Amino acid sequence: MNLHVSADIWQPVRLTLELAALTTVILMVVGTPIAWWLARSPAWWKEAVAALVAIPLVLPPTVLGFYLLVALGPSGPGGALASLWGARTLAFTFPGLVIGSVLFSMPFVVQPIRNAFEAMGDRPMEAAATLRASPWRAFWTIAVPLASPGFLTGAILGFAHTVGEFGVVLMIGGNIPGKTKVLSVAIYDYVETSQWAEASVLALGMVVFSFCVILTMMLIEKKMTKSAS
Amino acid sequence: MSTVKVDFRGTLGHFELNARFEVPARGVTAIFGPSGCGKTAVMRCIAGLNRLADGLCSVAGDVWQDEKTFRPVYQRPIGYVFQEANLFPHLSVRRNLMYGHPATTGAATIGFDEVVSLLGIAKLLERSPRHLSGGERQRVAIGRALLSQPKLLLMDEPLSALDQMTKDEILPYLERLHAALDLPILYISHDIAEVERLADQLVLMRSGAVLASGPLSKLQADLSLPLALSRDAAVSFDAEVVGQDAADGMATLVVPGGQFLLPAEPLPPGTRRRLRVLADDVSLALEAPSRSTIVNVLRARILEIRSQADHRVTALLGLGDDGEGARLLSRVTQRSWHELGLQTGLAVYAQVKGVALVRREDPAA
Repeated sequence: MNLHVSADIWQPVRLTLELAALTTVILMVVGTPIAWWLARSPAWWKEAVAALVAIPLVLPPTVLGFYLLVALGPSGPGGALASLWGARTLAFTFPGLVIGSVLFSMPFVVQPIRNAFEAMGDRPMEAAATLRASPWRAFWTIAVPLASPGFLTGAILGFAHTVGEFGVVLMIGGNIPGKTKVLSVAIYDYVETSQWAEASVLALGMVVFSFCVILTMMLIEKKMTKSAS
Repeated sequence: MSTVKVDFRGTLGHFELNARFEVPARGVTAIFGPSGCGKTAVMRCIAGLNRLADGLCSVAGDVWQDEKTFRPVYQRPIGYVFQEANLFPHLSVRRNLMYGHPATTGAATIGFDEVVSLLGIAKLLERSPRHLSGGERQRVAIGRALLSQPKLLLMDEPLSALDQMTKDEILPYLERLHAALDLPILYISHDIAEVERLADQLVLMRSGAVLASGPLSKLQADLSLPLALSRDAAVSFDAEVVGQDAADGMATLVVPGGQFLLPAEPLPPGTRRRLRVLADDVSLALEAPSRSTIVNVLRARILEIRSQADHRVTALLGLGDDGEGARLLSRVTQRSWHELGLQTGLAVYAQVKGVALVRREDPAA
């Protein structure tokens, strides 16, 4: 095996980390109110919304990718948006990838946060309200700290899942080095062109990374059940 | 006089509520009734935690809810003590206590040190709520509610989750609270002993509705209400200590129309204590018994009677020759009743076998 590894392999790594970090931040901002609403609303149709959020769990990524391609393309809303700054399409761009990742990883962020909000029950927020805390103050001083393991789980899963995505990226990102060529695509690419050394470095890196993620998750869960008892 | 005025009608979940009462915004008002009669629902409506569209709630002239108004929970000057303490598990005892404390210290009339010493929680301040006993948790919860500077303290069976020993540990603190702070308290309970010990006024509830409300002693002595006919029917009254025999420890306490002697720890003359007399402990005689171990024999008049299904009679007595004094309940068998020819209006001797001192702290202090 050729031990000389091309320096290019760091480009997809950096791009992947950028994509995953940005996606995670957006998901925390967007996912938290959704999780709060799903956990607290008495609306009967909220489970329909929950199902919609969870669809990427079971949908083949290529299907999601296909619809995103249509939506982001020149004749979709993404294209209309892109025309604001003179571009033709959001497909095959980094912003397009971010939109796709946010949708694709949404359930992994929303579900743990929702669970944490539900596990907390109504009582802490009620107690806070009887102590003159406005809903806003109670949310930040009581709900967020009590649900913090859920936030941590959601952030880690959202980040990790974005790092590992392949199908959606392939459909809407293409394979443009430095712009849309992320890790999983890069590995595929290296294999296609028989660059086994590069492929195995990245693959091994992914194995180690995934192991760390799962281990962290398990430790958080253990800590949670311990503090709950 | 300022009052707590409440009128809630409607359905909460599958619960039909029809609760209407007005009590003085002063002292302890117990909301009493069997489990599941809607006591908690009423309290949650007062706090604003539940909202009945057709509701009215005003406290000391301040409207919290009416047709046009619904003040959100956090804008109502309440303290709420839940059945379970509901402390914030991620905050220390000190930060729990300070959570509702106003940021500007000038706005506080109930001080931190005062509350901490009143409730005996000084040693717990830096601990986590996870490492407190049930009784300690509940004391911290009471302190937390007090430090939010409430104008009305709502307590939803704060002792029901505790065992008897822990209850006995907390009750004195509640009595001190009552004595030390000029703060109206609404107190939910299904335990009449707790009510007799703490309450000044009573709101009697049954299946979602208010049966009656008023001073505790008046409702206890009302033969048309279930209290006076229950197995542990009793009356309680606040009596004044007038003297005590140093040799045998017998204290003399005066109530309108009579006086009671009872053995007690030294009681300062001039202070007030609450006495309770069970209906089962009062028997009736037409003549003053000459030799008997019963210490308390009081002149009284039969004011009203009610026959019960168990062949017994509950009689309402007024102390004194004219029957104008404090009210007392007596429960005797129908046979004795007829043999003695007892009837309404008759002057009798009430022989009181047992008098209990139920409140040790002087409520007026």
